[in-house]
Amino acid sequence: MQIAKVIGTVVSTQKNRKFEGAKLMLVQPLNMDDTPRGNALLAVDGVGAGVDEKVLVVLEGRAAGEALGRKGAPVDAAIIGHHRHDHDRLTAK
Amino acid sequence: MQLARVIGDVVMSHKDENLAGIKLLLVQPLTPEREPAGRPLVAVDSVGAGVGEEVFFVRGKEASFPFYPAEPPVDAGIVGIVDRWDLG
Repeated sequence: MQIAKVIGTVVSTQKNRKFEGAKLMLVQPLNMDDTPRGNALLAVDGVGAGVDEKVLVVLEGRAAGEALGRKGAPVDAAIIGHHRHDHDRLTAK
Repeated sequence: MQLARVIGDVVMSHKDENLAGIKLLLVQPLTPEREPAGRPLVAVDSVGAGVGEEVFFVRGKEASFPFYPAEPPVDAGIVGIVDRWDLG
């Protein structure tokens, strides 16, 4: 899993039916010092994250499908946690 | 998933039988600023995408899921055509 920041939202009308009703977010993976790490990617949102929030992203198909709550969905990334309040922590030791 | 632009199509006369009838497209991954992100790759299409369109694609075994119960041997698949994206 990776820490990332939500940088935008994606609108798609013509898509695989397993994405119906799912929120698609553009997320930028981060280094430990919050600088961008690699390319931005798309993740389905399983937790109600918002733009500018720090999130935890899982980058694996089966887990991402489970986060979306749909078996057999053609997804490879999902937001599974977010950091909205000051008392939340996404830190590593 | 990643944003990409469809930049071409791929035609083969001989291919795995599980790929029969499946459209293959050449896609260029994009940054949110529409700059190329890495090298182009070939992806299967299950949403009717065409050259010039902006799409998003999935990597890995999940790329074959739209063709269930068929299991084409693929590692990248276009799963949506993008209308737009909004940066915060």
